[in-house]
Amino acid sequence: MVMVAVSSWGRLGRWDHEVTVLCDRGRVGEDIQRDRPGLAHGMGRSYGDVCLNPGGVLWKTTGLDRFISFDAVTGRLVCEAGVLLRDIQRLVVPRGWMLPVTPGTELVTVGGAIANDVHGKNHHAVGSFGHHVEWMRLVRTDGDMLDCGPALRRDWFAATVGGMGLTGVITEAAIRLRPVPGPWLETETIAYGDLGEFMALSHESAASWEHSVSWFDCLDRKGGRGLFMRGNFTASGGRAAGHARRWIVPFVPPLSLVNRATLRSFNETYYRLNGRRAVKKTMHYESFFYPLDRLLEWNRLYGPRGFFQYQTVVPPQDSLDAVRALLRAVADEGTGSFLAVLKTFGAMESVGLMSFPQPGVTLALDVPNEGERTVRLFDRLDAIVREAKGRLYPAKDARMPRSLFEQGYPKLDSFLQYRDPGISSGLSRRLMGH
Amino acid sequence: MIVGATSAIAEHCARRWVQDVDVDMTLVGRDKTRIEHVAEDLHVRSPGSTFQIRTEDCLDPQAIRRLSDDVAVQGVPDVVLIAHGTLPDQESCQKDLDACWHALAVTGLSPALYAEAFAHHLAQRGHGTLAFIGSVAGDRGRKSNYIYGAAKGLLDRYAEGLQHRFAGTGVRVVLVKPGPTDTPMTARLKAKGASLAAVDDVAKRIVAAVEEGRPVVYVPSKWRLIMWIIRHLPAPLFNRLDI
Repeated sequence: MVMVAVSSWGRLGRWDHEVTVLCDRGRVGEDIQRDRPGLAHGMGRSYGDVCLNPGGVLWKTTGLDRFISFDAVTGRLVCEAGVLLRDIQRLVVPRGWMLPVTPGTELVTVGGAIANDVHGKNHHAVGSFGHHVEWMRLVRTDGDMLDCGPALRRDWFAATVGGMGLTGVITEAAIRLRPVPGPWLETETIAYGDLGEFMALSHESAASWEHSVSWFDCLDRKGGRGLFMRGNFTASGGRAAGHARRWIVPFVPPLSLVNRATLRSFNETYYRLNGRRAVKKTMHYESFFYPLDRLLEWNRLYGPRGFFQYQTVVPPQDSLDAVRALLRAVADEGTGSFLAVLKTFGAMESVGLMSFPQPGVTLALDVPNEGERTVRLFDRLDAIVREAKGRLYPAKDARMPRSLFEQGYPKLDSFLQYRDPGISSGLSRRLMGH
Repeated sequence: MIVGATSAIAEHCARRWVQDVDVDMTLVGRDKTRIEHVAEDLHVRSPGSTFQIRTEDCLDPQAIRRLSDDVAVQGVPDVVLIAHGTLPDQESCQKDLDACWHALAVTGLSPALYAEAFAHHLAQRGHGTLAFIGSVAGDRGRKSNYIYGAAKGLLDRYAEGLQHRFAGTGVRVVLVKPGPTDTPMTARLKAKGASLAAVDDVAKRIVAAVEEGRPVVYVPSKWRLIMWIIRHLPAPLFNRLDI
């Protein structure tokens, strides 16, 4: 047996795995019957250990990359679970359709999008990825194959959406796409002064703007400042679409390059916008949804020690205070994030027992790994999240304490009944004991 | 027309061929379900194209002749890509002559038979492209991989001969020699830490080579130089290398 070192997006380490590639959806049942636990692994774009199984088996799903059917009238797409969201977008956008929900990168698989129940800038309007899955096929390590969906084995569906790959291997799925007039969005960027203004802008945009997200400058000590971005699809086009030029970070720099310089583009935009005047722009969906996909391997910028992402959602009643306290802690500690991403989730209840999205404000911070200092910062942030009855996002996590996980996910006990005993991950051992 | 359509390289070539234009394509392979999966995928990518599926015993000369005749009746294909083969475990083949025979037959003999069968129809019509997937491994026998290398080397001579035969006609013969490529067939190599070319990049170069009708194409092109050096290493030196 040959072991290969595999890391996840945060590059916090490399762990040996026995890697096998799944490439025939009809054979997955045989391919995953093993004497020791394995885990489905797609593009490895989750940040921590939810996609890793150190010392164990990884079943790479990227060989399951076939479309199965597409109905251009109803917008129903059936495909294998290793298909990338990018390939779906490129197939269906010219035919007037698009994925209804997409995260900040399109370089993830359908299986990963379901297993982490990913969300996007339009959560307040359409919910998360799981809301748009019509059915999926789950293969268990005992060879059983079961189809589930909102109308079929609802309990299995609820366990598997957001189920972190722990209920079985998803081999195919049917997704309801949404019609679009074309690849373009009309967008506005608005500069704001403090979190109160962010809340007001979110509120005001919720009904009339499908997509909204905000960047917040964590280093600003004068109460804060941010940029609020919103967009709607539009029929009027920009320049002829061509795939934008892509750049790559060719090697890992000896030290993290993420520093104050990163804020430069933020600062430029901010000062240009000074005076709360919206800047309107027509943008291609790839630039609007996936700005970082143009910089391949951008995670290398954090240097050899890697980085964490800390993403939390805090319920609406206390969200303003909690987010303010979290950002103050980041500024105080002087380590960690320079830029935060803020977004208000909608009221739609998630379909998964373990789905991350819930009503409230979500805050995401990229934090370079600086050892002890970083641990201290996280302890402080955890206390605020705990107090506000918030939760952390497992897809981003590499370190949350088990007690915070249990408090944040009250349906954990029901979820555990659906686990496949032949499947285990770094995260499941850390937070669920096995 | 693609023989060995479930091979990852062939499948990615097919995806590129249907990307911008509608085509009529025949897919040949061993496993009916898997070819159907490939055809479904291509059909979603290109609803205006048509796909026919054939499963055939790739070692039966009569079956290969019948298949080529059947296909030719509906129209001799503009492009025939012969892509099948298997990467055997060298050590098992040394111990087990059945495994050795099978590897030589599937990777060397069978593609040659398909080529001969379709060469007949292409010659009659007077134009078209016949493309083989060879391998850099066919350029010089090495102890770690000579059974596969010998089978792929057979395709070198075969392609060379066909190129001679069709010189000055409208029939073009293309031999593509990929270096190690990231496909399920090479999962073992990858696990050992080999650096492998991305299959879609390889497919892109193959499709371009077929379009241009270039006789011998290394993919990625650095392998042309590497293999030139390896072919020209004097035996006393070469034999001391552990490759």
